Amino acid sequence: MANTQAMTTSFLGELLTATHNFTTGTGDTFKAALYLASATVAASTTVYSATGEVSGSGYTAGGVAVTNGTSPLSSNTSATAGVGYWTPSASITYTTVTLATAFDAVLIYNSTQSDKAVSVHTFGPQTVTAGTFTLTMPSNATSTALLRLATT
Amino acid sequence: MALVNTTKGEMDDSLLEKKEGFIDNDNEHTTWIEYWLEGDLVHRSAHVKLKKTITLSAEAASFN
Repeated sequence: MANTQAMTTSFLGELLTATHNFTTGTGDTFKAALYLASATVAASTTVYSATGEVSGSGYTAGGVAVTNGTSPLSSNTSATAGVGYWTPSASITYTTVTLATAFDAVLIYNSTQSDKAVSVHTFGPQTVTAGTFTLTMPSNATSTALLRLATT
Repeated sequence: MALVNTTKGEMDDSLLEKKEGFIDNDNEHTTWIEYWLEGDLVHRSAHVKLKKTITLSAEAASFN
């Protein structure tokens, strides 16, 4: 089994029920948890779970809070098409941790809304020894943001 | 010289063997740094820059 990069399917439905509030300051709190390469977080993941999550010195179950300094933005790309997008405003950093078993995914989830899953992002397997693991976000722009909702 | 956090506490990097590397592909640009002491890995940090966006395609149905 493996982790798979995806916007979770449950999140897609929850967008239509206004479950998630990404507004800076007054919105929900989002967190980022790391998962072992042997785990199975994917589009079918509905909520954060400690099953398959990394563990080790300096790492707290549930991960770290995501910095949300910029509310979602939207832009029309034509008369019939546009894009809404959002990216965490700072790198996600796990400082002074030891994670000896390889991990290769991060789950972004909404800790305010019963830990409902948002998205899974994968990368090459990593370990950390008495060090820091940093996830740097892509540019928060129409074509590069971490999460994009687009019409064509 | 600089101090490095290790499994044995903070150590001067001049006492350690340093190894660095990177991965670059369509999905990520990752750099990592390791410090070794007498054959033992005592520090490893990694920095992943995500490249790939996740896009949800949205559509409004037509009545005709």
